[in-house]
Amino acid sequence: MKTPEPKHANDLPETANWHRKDLLGIRELELRELETILDTAAAFKTVGSRDIKKVPSLRGKTIVNFFVEPSTRTRTSFELAAFRLSADVVNISATTSSLQKGETLKDTALNLQALYADIIVLRHSSAGAPKFLAERLDSSIINAGDGAHEHPTQALLDAFTIRERLGKIEGLKIAIVGDILFSRVARSDIWALKKLGAEVTLVGPSTLVPRSFEEMGVKVARHIDDILDSADVINLLRIQHERQRKEYFPSLNEYIRFFGLTKARAARLRPGCLVMHPGPINRGVEIDSEIADGPQSVILDQVTNGLAVRMAALYLCSTAGRKTR
Amino acid sequence: MRDLIIRNGRIIDPSIGRDEIADLYVIGGRVSAEPPNNGCEVIDARNLVITPGLIDIHVHLREPGQTHKETIETGSHAAAAGGFSSIVCMPNTDPPADNPSAITWISDRARAGAWVNVFPTGAITKGLNGEEMAPIGSMVQAGIVAITDDGHCVQNHEVMRRAVEYARMFDLAVLDHCQDYNMVGSGVMHEGYWSSVLGLDGWPRTGEELMVMRNILLAELCKTRIHCQHLSSGGSVRLLRDARARGIQVTGELCPHHIALTDEFVSSFDTNYKMNPPLRAREDVEALIEGVADGTITLLGSDHAPHAFFEKEVEFDRAPFGILGLETELALFLTILVHRTKAIDIEHLITMYTVNPSTLLRLQKGTLVSGADADITLIDPDLEWTFRKEQSFSHSRNTPFDGWELKGRAVRTIVGGKTVWSV
Repeated sequence: MKTPEPKHANDLPETANWHRKDLLGIRELELRELETILDTAAAFKTVGSRDIKKVPSLRGKTIVNFFVEPSTRTRTSFELAAFRLSADVVNISATTSSLQKGETLKDTALNLQALYADIIVLRHSSAGAPKFLAERLDSSIINAGDGAHEHPTQALLDAFTIRERLGKIEGLKIAIVGDILFSRVARSDIWALKKLGAEVTLVGPSTLVPRSFEEMGVKVARHIDDILDSADVINLLRIQHERQRKEYFPSLNEYIRFFGLTKARAARLRPGCLVMHPGPINRGVEIDSEIADGPQSVILDQVTNGLAVRMAALYLCSTAGRKTR
Repeated sequence: MRDLIIRNGRIIDPSIGRDEIADLYVIGGRVSAEPPNNGCEVIDARNLVITPGLIDIHVHLREPGQTHKETIETGSHAAAAGGFSSIVCMPNTDPPADNPSAITWISDRARAGAWVNVFPTGAITKGLNGEEMAPIGSMVQAGIVAITDDGHCVQNHEVMRRAVEYARMFDLAVLDHCQDYNMVGSGVMHEGYWSSVLGLDGWPRTGEELMVMRNILLAELCKTRIHCQHLSSGGSVRLLRDARARGIQVTGELCPHHIALTDEFVSSFDTNYKMNPPLRAREDVEALIEGVADGTITLLGSDHAPHAFFEKEVEFDRAPFGILGLETELALFLTILVHRTKAIDIEHLITMYTVNPSTLLRLQKGTLVSGADADITLIDPDLEWTFRKEQSFSHSRNTPFDGWELKGRAVRTIVGGKTVWSV
């Protein structure tokens, strides 16, 4: 079978609806902007399944993966996305950067810009750090997760996966379960899924799902059993009890007892219900091992789609950045 | 120094209930009932309000140790430009003002280079660490007007109780920055909708209210006065109202940013909206204004907290708390409390800036009776102007009010009969 020729940038979807040099969060995006990224990602997804997995769209562009907080999967995903767009990529991590030596974020970033970085992909433990850079640099800034604020490409890949599997998002009942308070994924998911027309319910210990989230237009349920029968999608967030949540709930055992997606609970899910997780998963905690590997799980689809979504984000921001610069 | 006639102004002196259009005389640096002889300076005060020099009881001058932020000279210059003839400086300097030599040093520096009167406060505890009582009596002898661990809060109620009890011996006010450390934790903004949206750690109202309640109980127990600084929560106003109705000697203070701004501004991640206690919700703003109107909150202050640009220009959760205040506070309070909401009239405002701080701190200031120090502020209550941070006399520029259009401001500040600043 003949492999199709790699597409050229000209064959890509219309980018007229995208004018941002930066992707900082989902909250500020218009619906048509969300749809533009998802459509662009769909076009890019075909690239990944080809024998030759590259397009020349960002040839000659320099992308810096600036990860001030540790990450394997998101950084690798952005790195591969950049390779597939033919960009040159440099990785900087917290331990190798001058931040260790007391340099400020601003100075480190100015130095990156002085090296003609076209795009900086930033992962940072402080909410608002990507916005801080976007306001000060000409380079495009892509938020790869800032504190507990936003993780826009994760929400985009979640939306992409749901749309791909279920054909739509509007009208779906989507539950997000776990540590909502400290989760940037939850916040970005809420904004994306609400804008795309889903009915979102948050589930988790009352200490980790404050009532103030209801003002974002979502429902809050206290019992996972309340949503099992009706959910079209259940998205389980990683629980981080081992590190810092000791005052929020007593033990992982108790978390599993009330909120874990056990086999018994999974049996009550509707047959078509998707089981999602942004990873890395704690097998046996927020999700039973067999369910994670089961037919309803789309966890690995999410990883694959993350690549397409990140290609779209890099491509769109680079194109818009070129126009504004 | 020439003698003065300040002519045809509206003299508002709440210390004696005076409010009339008249001339004010100054002879030899003091207010006089009789006019000076020929050769005096005449100041036309038509359409202006003549008040006792305003007093800001909550200022950080950053000296010693943090002169890259502010000095006694620059901070007091900003005070003069804001209409303040007296300021009370906080002891959280580097090193902290927790001993009599530090107080003497500050007073000497102020005498040598300050534009206005500077009244130092001393720490409640050594090193502001909340554990061991500072040498309060020796600091009283060195000239402090109050004790406070401002910027910090004594968490141990027993330590606080003994300090309050001890201060009573000197008729000394205790000023408290009300913050329960366990409850507030790593909070950097008001806990509510916007902290949920922004993913920033919340600083709940309860973190303040617990300590306001503590202070009410201790003021009652020790039968002395405790002043709660920079109140931000509507709940604190309710607690204070009930306590004052029962005759407990507890007072509260309002800073302009807590009614001029809300937590929604933090969505910009601009660190000029980061202060401690934090900007709160609309309902808190309303409760604070109501608290001023009904006399629950009786003191105003700026919590003038200069920081260098490089210190503030960092990630939001890593930035220091606080903003400039001296040059905008009077105008913000006039604009919001007097003009916009009409919560109080200008006489009430002046009372909160003169008689009330003098009473709390036992200062021989805040009055224009004959023989008093000629500390005088002239205010144009209706002047419309735009604040520009470039024009500030502070050494720092950390203000969210750059470009704000305000109504009313001080136009001249007189200290001891000498004009130290005028528009």
